[in-house]
Amino acid sequence: MRRLTPYLLALPSWMWLGIFLVVPMAAMASVSLQTGNAIDGFAMTFSVSNYGDALGRYSTQLLRSLLYGGLATVAMLVIGYPVAYWIAFKGGTRKSVYLFLLLLPFFVSFVLRTISWNFLLSDNGILFGTLKGWGLLPADFHVLATTFAVVGGLTYNFLPFMILPIYVALERVDPRVVEAAQDLYATRAAAFRRVVLPLSLPGVFAGVLMTFVPATADPINAQILGGTANTMIGNIIQTEYLTNLNYPTASALSFTLMAVLLVGIFIYARALGTENVLEAAAR
Amino acid sequence: MRGTRLGDRLLQLYTWIIIVWLSSPIAVMILFGFNDKKSKSNTSWQGFTLRWYAELFDISDLTVALRNSLVIAAVSTVITVVIGTMLGLALGRHRFRGKGLTNFLVFAAISTPELVMGASLLSLFVSGNVPRDANTIIVAHVLFSVSFVVVTVRARIVTLDPSLEEAARDLGATAWGTFRQVTLPSIMPGVMAGAMLSFALSIDDYVVTSFVNGSTVTFPLWIVGAVKTGIPPQVNVMGTLIFGIGVLIAIGNAVAARRRT
Repeated sequence: MRRLTPYLLALPSWMWLGIFLVVPMAAMASVSLQTGNAIDGFAMTFSVSNYGDALGRYSTQLLRSLLYGGLATVAMLVIGYPVAYWIAFKGGTRKSVYLFLLLLPFFVSFVLRTISWNFLLSDNGILFGTLKGWGLLPADFHVLATTFAVVGGLTYNFLPFMILPIYVALERVDPRVVEAAQDLYATRAAAFRRVVLPLSLPGVFAGVLMTFVPATADPINAQILGGTANTMIGNIIQTEYLTNLNYPTASALSFTLMAVLLVGIFIYARALGTENVLEAAAR
Repeated sequence: MRGTRLGDRLLQLYTWIIIVWLSSPIAVMILFGFNDKKSKSNTSWQGFTLRWYAELFDISDLTVALRNSLVIAAVSTVITVVIGTMLGLALGRHRFRGKGLTNFLVFAAISTPELVMGASLLSLFVSGNVPRDANTIIVAHVLFSVSFVVVTVRARIVTLDPSLEEAARDLGATAWGTFRQVTLPSIMPGVMAGAMLSFALSIDDYVVTSFVNGSTVTFPLWIVGAVKTGIPPQVNVMGTLIFGIGVLIAIGNAVAARRRT
């Protein structure tokens, strides 16, 4: 009985993850090779050409998503690192208060936060409308429906996921190590570059992982803050699945997106060890 | 030395600017729940009112959506916590065949993009002619939350000294008794953290839900549907109340945790 215990404990989750994570992936792989339409039904024809067709039609949006996701990730890293650094080394006894303040947005729905930005940035809204009224901005000035708005929205929405893992890594750095470097005549900059930065890299890797994937695949920011020129792959997949009922194309696109992202993730995970990434994700 | 102190000051100021930036949409949301708007759109400040708090449940399909979200979050949290804690215990306490594969699955469930998760579930449901409703939403929400419970529980259990459990067994406690009276109380903070996380993930989810909802509408889905016609102030009020309750629970939990130590 004791030897069976771990299997019994794991069984429900195995079944859930197996039936609703693994099997659906297989179902999606199968659908992506079918042809047909929503009315007459779909039949398996092993049409690998679905992938070529889907990519031919939507490669722009796929590349745009990778670009937006990449830009937002870089922006989050640049914006977030100093925050994580300051809280980890100078936060003192109020570290948890600062972390709590950074996490406040998570108590508001993701959708609602993004809509609030749409509202704040709207062409004649409380911010720009007022500035235009004072003649400080030209009347045709706008931020919504631009690349800047979408990348900014992604940066805003996922920033805490970048800050937290970097903070966790920096928090583990013993300040005495930094002092030792300085005692050995390293300048402040050199001590940072050669001691602190390398020790924080696992956090940076985890942060990049936790932000790049959801940012690249996110449909909401482009939908609410972007215009027709900012459509991302997430919007295409949603439309193809839910409006056009074009399941094969949508499945082929989802699979391609996942393949592109997962290849990247597992190269990262291999380099770091899965446990490390999970640990970083847990905090 | 003065240079470094100035640098720290600037970094502190910078951190506060980021905090304000992150919180600004929350302030807007709360403020416009009090806006005495006359026109159809709720985009400019027209005076203070408590009217929307009084008329909170006047939009019946919005109320239904909020209730759906709360019920779905509650049910999926219960399922998630039970099966996630079990797996967390197995991974943190036991050696077994397939542990590596299990770790991989847990990791895959966290790292699969929501969009792909939703799309693949829909592929399954379409292939199997499964009707989409609140049940399929619960299935999806358990799926994307369970790994977070596993990870928080496991992180807690590995810090727990196994000799405590052995001592309980030596003193004649049954396996179940040991779990109830020794293991569970020790891992409770991890279980609670996982529970709050999965409730929050569930009530907040738009992307996965949009694939598997059928004709059931949840709070985030209703809001996105209403973007084109204008978000009524009741949504701001509901968002404000959820925010307030969430913050109170988090603070209460932190205070309780501090008292325990």
